[in-house]
Amino acid sequence: MSLAPPLSPGFAAPATEAQRCFRALLEAMSRPGRVRSLPAPAAPPAPLGPAAAAVLLTLADADAPVWLDAGPAAEAWARFHAGCPLVAEPGAAAFALATGAPPALDALEAGTEEEPHRSATLILQVAALEEGAGWRLSGPGIEREHRLAVAGLPEGFLAQWAANRRRFPRGVDVILCAGVRVAALPRTVTIGEQG
Amino acid sequence: MSAAPGYNFAYLDENTKRMIRRALLKAVAIPGHQVPFGSREMPLPYGWGTGGIQVTASVIGPDDTLKVIDQGADDTTNAVSIRRFFARVAGVATTERTAEATIIQTRHRIPETPLREGQILVYQVPMPEPLFRLEPRVAETRRMHALADYGLMQVKLYEDIARHGHIAISYNYPVMVNGRYLMAPSPIPAFDNPKMHRMPALQLFGAGREKRLYAVPPYTEVRSLDFEDHPFRPPRAEAACALCGSRESYLDEVVTDDRGGRMFLCSDTDWCRQRREAAG
Amino acid sequence: MAYVAVKGGERAIAGAHAWLDELRRGDPAVPELSVAQIEQQLSLAVDRVMAEGSCHDRGLAALAVKQARGDLIEAAFLLRAYRTTLPRFGASTPLDTGAMRPIRRISATYKDLPGGQVLGPTFDYTHRLLDFALAAEGAAPPPPAPRAPAEEAPMPRVTAILAQEGLMARETPSEAEPPDLTREPLAFPADRPLRLQALARGDEGFLLALGYSTQRGWGNAHPFVGELRMGEVAVEFAPPELGFPVEIGDIAVTECQMVNQFAGSRTEPPQFTRGYGLVFGHCERKAMAMALVDRALRAAELGEEAAAPAQDQEFVLYHCDNVEATGFVEHLKLPHYVDFQSELEKLRAMRRTAEAAREAAE
Repeated sequence: MSLAPPLSPGFAAPATEAQRCFRALLEAMSRPGRVRSLPAPAAPPAPLGPAAAAVLLTLADADAPVWLDAGPAAEAWARFHAGCPLVAEPGAAAFALATGAPPALDALEAGTEEEPHRSATLILQVAALEEGAGWRLSGPGIEREHRLAVAGLPEGFLAQWAANRRRFPRGVDVILCAGVRVAALPRTVTIGEQG
Repeated sequence: MSAAPGYNFAYLDENTKRMIRRALLKAVAIPGHQVPFGSREMPLPYGWGTGGIQVTASVIGPDDTLKVIDQGADDTTNAVSIRRFFARVAGVATTERTAEATIIQTRHRIPETPLREGQILVYQVPMPEPLFRLEPRVAETRRMHALADYGLMQVKLYEDIARHGHIAISYNYPVMVNGRYLMAPSPIPAFDNPKMHRMPALQLFGAGREKRLYAVPPYTEVRSLDFEDHPFRPPRAEAACALCGSRESYLDEVVTDDRGGRMFLCSDTDWCRQRREAAG
Repeated sequence: MAYVAVKGGERAIAGAHAWLDELRRGDPAVPELSVAQIEQQLSLAVDRVMAEGSCHDRGLAALAVKQARGDLIEAAFLLRAYRTTLPRFGASTPLDTGAMRPIRRISATYKDLPGGQVLGPTFDYTHRLLDFALAAEGAAPPPPAPRAPAEEAPMPRVTAILAQEGLMARETPSEAEPPDLTREPLAFPADRPLRLQALARGDEGFLLALGYSTQRGWGNAHPFVGELRMGEVAVEFAPPELGFPVEIGDIAVTECQMVNQFAGSRTEPPQFTRGYGLVFGHCERKAMAMALVDRALRAAELGEEAAAPAQDQEFVLYHCDNVEATGFVEHLKLPHYVDFQSELEKLRAMRRTAEAAREAAE
């Protein structure tokens, strides 16, 4: 019998760290395009980044199925620390976590007109997140305009987002993660191209 | 300060908090939409703020400063009881000063001091469904929200005007959030409704007994329903506060004798205190 | 000043609680009730609190009764609020009430049946005369009551006997995980497992009144007590690491199977249908009322007209929970003066408008 390599740790103090992560996520979701840093778990197995891993620990559990593209080590880590069921189809997930090319937004659960909250959240790892330049965001949570520059998004994301925006109240919400930083795109946000 | 021994931080177990946190994020993403959640029995009765308490318990951390008001006042019995609960189970700092609080849990009022970014206002909600007096069936109102079919409410308001010359709603006055969802602002006086519009703070609503929560993100349009020829005009007592002289704040009427004697006082006790301190 | 008096504050709360403690104890010259006495001698109160508190623990329920000064709804609330803080290890396998060791089992539909009629400890056929002998304490405990020798014969259910003949509509067994009302809010339309869960912890008085209403024409009920049984059943739990169920204890339950006429529909032949009640402890009245209401709530799925209150899912399920109901009714005593002030100003404005309109008309 071969011994599995020891799992890297999750939250050291679950109640307080999860609370601080959640508050950062709540701020991010309430003020789309604002970038927050998450208190992150030490070292999730690659390619899972610290912020994306912290989002999983904060929000996923036995009642929230997760789809993950980060390979067996990350899967074992998520199963052990978050206790979440892992699903093979992105469409069956409450949280879809993409470290590589993400599933199309319309392949994820978007809820129904009566229950739009039964929709997936896409946790998307990107190369970098910066405030103050790039996209022009508007919508609830934004006084006039927030600017957000995102490096490393898949091609065609903006067209997918526009389609996601149009089916409101149905739709998918996105949490962008880069290193320990996060920014959120709730389904209400309108993304204008830079310029 | 530290939390009470024998209980998890902020009373709720981590699984329950995660369930509520997931629901809160969806509520923020769909402003004004009521998200059902697995509300728990709390050590306080349903109807006494269990929804607000569960929301606060899921949001609050050791660095927060909590203010709790009922009827605008910090020293009403239920506000005292809820504040003590959190001081005990979360060990957080509490305050009566609106400006110092990071989380304000409220029943029936929005503070007069304008709220700012970085603050969260948590409303205790008895009946989250704005249509419940017109259609008691939840299955039916859910369909109406899906279709944004709010004709029933429009007709009710129109009939009020035809019959009384006024819209006969003075509190829990229905609002449209971000132009899409009809929402119950909780039983705040209509006087407070305009404060919800484009508020810099995040507004969260918890209904424990009805097991639903909802949210209004910062800077979101919140419009009180009205008609062009009958614009929304909330009532306020035509008087000044007997203690601070305010003519802008919402007033409580106090009966001073049995011969028609009345006096008016600010409902927001912190606001009144600030004004008296400023006047020296 | 009156204004100060309406503001409670910390001191008033502490004072109220101290006073409450004093009243709970009552006259110190009278010996204090022990939790064990309540558990043993007020056992039906304990059973009701366990049922409506949805937590099977006699000792805790007795403590709740003592703490609540005998207010059973308050006691059920105490137990629920405690229950919700407990870690959740999993769900038991379904109870096999067919394997119950009954202390009481009666059928109103057959004079005799396999396993026999077992009257058991019941208030039925007692004459309701106050027993002044009980007022005198210190009497010797009553001698053990004679019990009929336990029948070796199994006790088949009356509904199963009818089903053999095809006269009883069969329930479709389902392997689906039933919803959990304690973790998920009610959703409508509510399927039967969810309805039964809500009814099982619903208020006895509310269900009694609703069940009664179905007998008086508010809902088309023709009920017979097919069988009522009361006794201990084994609770089994299958730990995931074991993979097979192990017995973790016995609990007392009361089960009622109510047999109801059904005229048949386009797809179903005329047959009997079942109303089902199952309650913790010895709660016969509640089990019977629950079975009546369960059957009434099946009206829609059986294609019957559903116009009576007891047949209305939302009406029954949203209002049967006494912990929710008592909280919301009693919250009316919290201060509402902000809203009342709004109403005052609105009413004054409307009267001015009406006055002006009348004057203009004159």
